[in-house]
Amino acid sequence: MTELKAKPEAKRSLPTIVWPLLALAVMLVIDGIINPSFFSIRLVEGRLYGSLIDILYRGTPIALIAMGMAIVIGSRGIDLSVGSVVAISGAVMAHYIHADWNPWLIVLVTLGMGAFCGLWNGALVSLLGIQPIIATLILMVAGRGFALMINGPGIPTFRSEFFESLSTGQFLTIPTRLYLVVLVFVILWALLRKTAFGLFVEAVGSNASASRLAGVGTRVITIAAYAIIGVCSATAGIIITGDVRASDAVTSGLYTELDAILAVVLGGASLNGGRIYLANTLVGVLIIQSLTTSILMSGLPPEYNLVVKAIVILVVLLVQAPKLRSSIAVLFGSRGGKVKS
Amino acid sequence: MRERRLPILATIVVFLLLYAIGGFYFNNFLTTRVFGNLLTDNAFVIIAAIGMTFVILSGGIDLSVGSMIAFVGIVMAVLVRDGWHPLTAALVLIVFGFLLGALMGYIIDAFEIQPFIVTLTSMFMLRGLSAVISQDSVPINHPFAEAFGSFRIPFPIGKGWLSAEALVMIACLIVALIIAHRTRFGANVYAIGGDAQSALLLGVPVRKTVVGVYALNGVFAVVAGIVYALYTSSGYPLAAVGVELDAIAAVVIGGTLLTGGVGLVIGTVFGGLIQGLIQTLIIFDGTLDSWWIRIVIGGLLFVFIVLQKGIMRSVTALGSQGAA
Repeated sequence: MTELKAKPEAKRSLPTIVWPLLALAVMLVIDGIINPSFFSIRLVEGRLYGSLIDILYRGTPIALIAMGMAIVIGSRGIDLSVGSVVAISGAVMAHYIHADWNPWLIVLVTLGMGAFCGLWNGALVSLLGIQPIIATLILMVAGRGFALMINGPGIPTFRSEFFESLSTGQFLTIPTRLYLVVLVFVILWALLRKTAFGLFVEAVGSNASASRLAGVGTRVITIAAYAIIGVCSATAGIIITGDVRASDAVTSGLYTELDAILAVVLGGASLNGGRIYLANTLVGVLIIQSLTTSILMSGLPPEYNLVVKAIVILVVLLVQAPKLRSSIAVLFGSRGGKVKS
Repeated sequence: MRERRLPILATIVVFLLLYAIGGFYFNNFLTTRVFGNLLTDNAFVIIAAIGMTFVILSGGIDLSVGSMIAFVGIVMAVLVRDGWHPLTAALVLIVFGFLLGALMGYIIDAFEIQPFIVTLTSMFMLRGLSAVISQDSVPINHPFAEAFGSFRIPFPIGKGWLSAEALVMIACLIVALIIAHRTRFGANVYAIGGDAQSALLLGVPVRKTVVGVYALNGVFAVVAGIVYALYTSSGYPLAAVGVELDAIAAVVIGGTLLTGGVGLVIGTVFGGLIQGLIQTLIIFDGTLDSWWIRIVIGGLLFVFIVLQKGIMRSVTALGSQGAA
């Protein structure tokens, strides 16, 4: 038994990022064939334009949320409420812009709201022991109600130079929001790999009771993971709301939880927790975003977007499934076919 | 076992309490007309939630229900436009729902991929296909649809009536009750939801049961879609967004344990009616904004989940005491 269990680990000599990168490369090559000007990047009025920039630009909100999702999934959790947190933070932001607060203070308050939402989810999961899907479902259902409550009647619109330049502006020819993604990535990467936090989250994700016995503060770690994704979602909320210059509580951030989870899964992480792949997740986001772009470019009506996305995801999932891999191994006469647990 | 009955009792108490609140504050609330409308307006959600009950009892989840309802509506509308009889279209769609559900169940069990992700892909697929078929709302004009819409059985008292939608829902409930409590399949669903490993060792056909659960849920989702299409007399690709959440909420408020194995189909019906009552109360009031519906339902979800947690804890505590 021990020998069998050790086998899949030993087989993995390639770094995990290879597969998502390969998928992304295939996607980009197809894009290049469909549209020869796909890779061209132009400089117009001090700003870079082109399909590649567009993919990065549009992928930003999902990238921000997906990085948080990677951590939560690493702790064997999941967060369905991110879309609602986007809506809530957008509403909070619009509210204080109307109150004429200092923009930096607004950013602080909005991120604080995101952290608060995350703390709530984390408390339900770790203190009350509710399954993550269900615990975060509560905020997913109620969250947009709160956002509508903060908004009051109608959709509040606003003009704010600070938030517009943060969301749609550029710095040194590169869109500002891309710096934000890099910043969040570096912070999270340092937190995960330069402190023991990442190790603790992965320990909680692989075996919660064992890590509790080993002295890991499971509860604090879990709550922290949800607080982080709350802040990430609020950041995405600032970008999305700043982009449309309005707080639309009903549609803002709709379905982002699904895209974020998919990005993590495409990055090769298992929903059973135990591993956090931050960079892979970003590649997953790029796969999703370039898929969307290629569907648009290929001349297919945008309605096909969801259908193609579903097929691609199903294929990737099946390829990743250990069961299918082992049965293919049997098919090709490899002796490792007895993998049955 | 008695503790496990507590959630359903709590559900019924909440239902009666909401009804009492309505009766106390509003004049025309305690009429058969309001009751009849409650059944009619919530029939499709409750039908979907009944199917979801089996999935959750088996320890799974299905996110594709809302998309399925939209897909069924648009396909039905297009087929009727092309001269099909609505019932023929319904039959074809029910077979489709059965097969798609069975396929999802097979992928979940055979490849050990989480139900959450598998049903997510079919959620995307069905929503996308609906938009591919038609971007706009397609009306359903057919004598049968009109007869369905105007069908009424008056209640013996008051001005209320039982609509065709409500009748279909009641028929679904009876079928579901028989399947859940009077068949071996139903017992197997409870068994694999309680403890899949032990169920397998006891000789429960896990693969067959999982495939069956999702196939059954597919059928219920299609029936919900048919009812919704006839209720709105149209198909629309963006219809029923988020109904899967309403259905899951109905199941939870109805006292079914989300970890699987414990729960009752009848509880789900009350769970669905409670959501409907909250909506009716807020509409009756007139001054409250509609977002209160989401907040109150979220709050109820929270209360019920915490209640379940507490009960399960006391049950396991009692169990270990008995063992000692």
